Amino acid sequence: METTTLIGQLPEVTAVGVAIKAILILAIISAVAGFGTYLERKVLAFMQRRLGPMHVGPYGLLQIAADGIKLFTKEDIVPQHANAVIFKVAPVITAATAFIALSAVPVFPDFRIPEFIPVLGGTFVPSIASDVNVGILFVLGMMAAGLYGPLLAGMAQANKWGIIGAARTAIQFLSYEVITGLSILAPIMLVGSLSLVDFNEAQSGGFTSWFVWQQPVAFILFLIAGFAETNRTPFDLLEHEAEVISGYATEYSGMRWGMFFIGEYANMITISILAAVVFLGGYNDFGFIAGWIMILLKVAFFFFLMLWVRAAWPHVRPDQLMWLCWKVLMPIAVINVVVTGIVIMV
Amino acid sequence: MGLEQFKNRNVGTQEYRVLDLQESPKTPMAKFAQVAKRTFKGELFVGLGVTVREMFNALFRGQMHTVKYPLEKLPISPRYRAIHEMLRLLESGHYRCIGCGLCEKICISNCISMDTRYDENQRKEVSEYTINFGRCIFCGYCAEVCPELAIVHGPRYETASEQRASFSLFEDMLTPIDKLSLQQEYDGFGAVSPNADENIKKTPLAY
Ligand code: SF4
Ligand code: SF4
Repeated sequence: METTTLIGQLPEVTAVGVAIKAILILAIISAVAGFGTYLERKVLAFMQRRLGPMHVGPYGLLQIAADGIKLFTKEDIVPQHANAVIFKVAPVITAATAFIALSAVPVFPDFRIPEFIPVLGGTFVPSIASDVNVGILFVLGMMAAGLYGPLLAGMAQANKWGIIGAARTAIQFLSYEVITGLSILAPIMLVGSLSLVDFNEAQSGGFTSWFVWQQPVAFILFLIAGFAETNRTPFDLLEHEAEVISGYATEYSGMRWGMFFIGEYANMITISILAAVVFLGGYNDFGFIAGWIMILLKVAFFFFLMLWVRAAWPHVRPDQLMWLCWKVLMPIAVINVVVTGIVIMV
Repeated sequence: MGLEQFKNRNVGTQEYRVLDLQESPKTPMAKFAQVAKRTFKGELFVGLGVTVREMFNALFRGQMHTVKYPLEKLPISPRYRAIHEMLRLLESGHYRCIGCGLCEKICISNCISMDTRYDENQRKEVSEYTINFGRCIFCGYCAEVCPELAIVHGPRYETASEQRASFSLFEDMLTPIDKLSLQQEYDGFGAVSPNADENIKKTPLAY
């Protein structure tokens, strides 16, 4: 790997590079997450034949700025009987883990900064902050740890809706986590590595080498689990307004509340990238379309799919989610893993 | 006329459909079979199809429902009793009001006050005419009683104001003389709305 040689030669340069990349990820993903809220409102509106945000800026594009101002300037309230420390820490957990998870996700193909750029010209840039060798487990683990955010938030806020939200977090976590792990196991067996870069390389043989053709079942299971992991409809049990006011986020307002949602949208992006890299050929070139455009298209598709599903489908009850995950999806996932193993051996 | 005709409850062209709801399954196996059937029947994709179809209808076929309210307004039924307007005679442009005072008399909340005098041709002219919209209950009696179709209810339904008593003067309600050609005739209280035919459902008479 080129990265290891670089680390070997110029440790300080690589460290600076990682820092720059970390800052870029933070900046870009939080901006994209903010923009995601706008997209979500727009797409949902169009699907219901409404216009969505229209008045702030052209086509409502500056709505994010208005939301940002609102979130930042709102009064910061900590409820009287809440456990103040945990109450304040919880949103940070959600946002931080969402971004930490992104550090091991490769987004673009490696590239060289063009020569004409003064200082950095010609530098080789691997487009991943850190290619840890447990890549995918790290990402999934971090996203799973992110659920401590809603869990602690719900329990710390001295509000019964919060408690219900926290309980639902636990239920959801217990339900989908097994599916995520088992569904991703089959592709891992095929690749023989946990690094997402290796996943990408394994699918470099064009359209037909995408794992979605070899592992359609795992793909669907992973998508289902991903929807549950990012707390999206049809599994948006944690803060379903119609049932539990706002669930774990009931007592939150202002930027603390905003952090939960930046985390949620960052997770949506992470899951989209994971699905694209693990199953849909990642950032490999596709015919004449460059790899970085391909991955943007794929991520955009998965993001759109999440909004689309939210517009179309009703959500399930917590017990139905558990029933679905443990009694239906887990056996399918196990069978899928076993069949994959047998096929690999034979 | 036979009784059959009365008993025919199948009226109009509305598409009422009876949903085919099967009984919910009892045994675990039947439940599982139902889930499996629904999963592979692709009903979920029908839902996705509907939403994306509506999106295309909205974006590309001009079927967007949103009315940007303060900028766009929906037409209002002629039966709606909104802020009054005083109409003019189309031929001469003179206001229609003959100063008969019937509207002032009939107004049940006493909010119209008017005064008249003789002009130089010994013709009655309206010298004062105000309506206190803080008191007006928009009952429509004034418009109904007016023999000249002079005072009518216009389409202006935003009646919020900063003051409790907000008077409207005769000149404010009068059709501006340059807009005379745009003056709408008032269908009147009890007029049917333009799309009444579509809205009406025939009621079965015999029960
Ligand atoms: S609408 Fe009724 S209350 Fe209002 S001015 Fe006419 S008669 Fe009076
Ligand atoms: S009833 Fe009609 S014509 Fe008579 S005073 Fe009132 S507005 Fe004028």
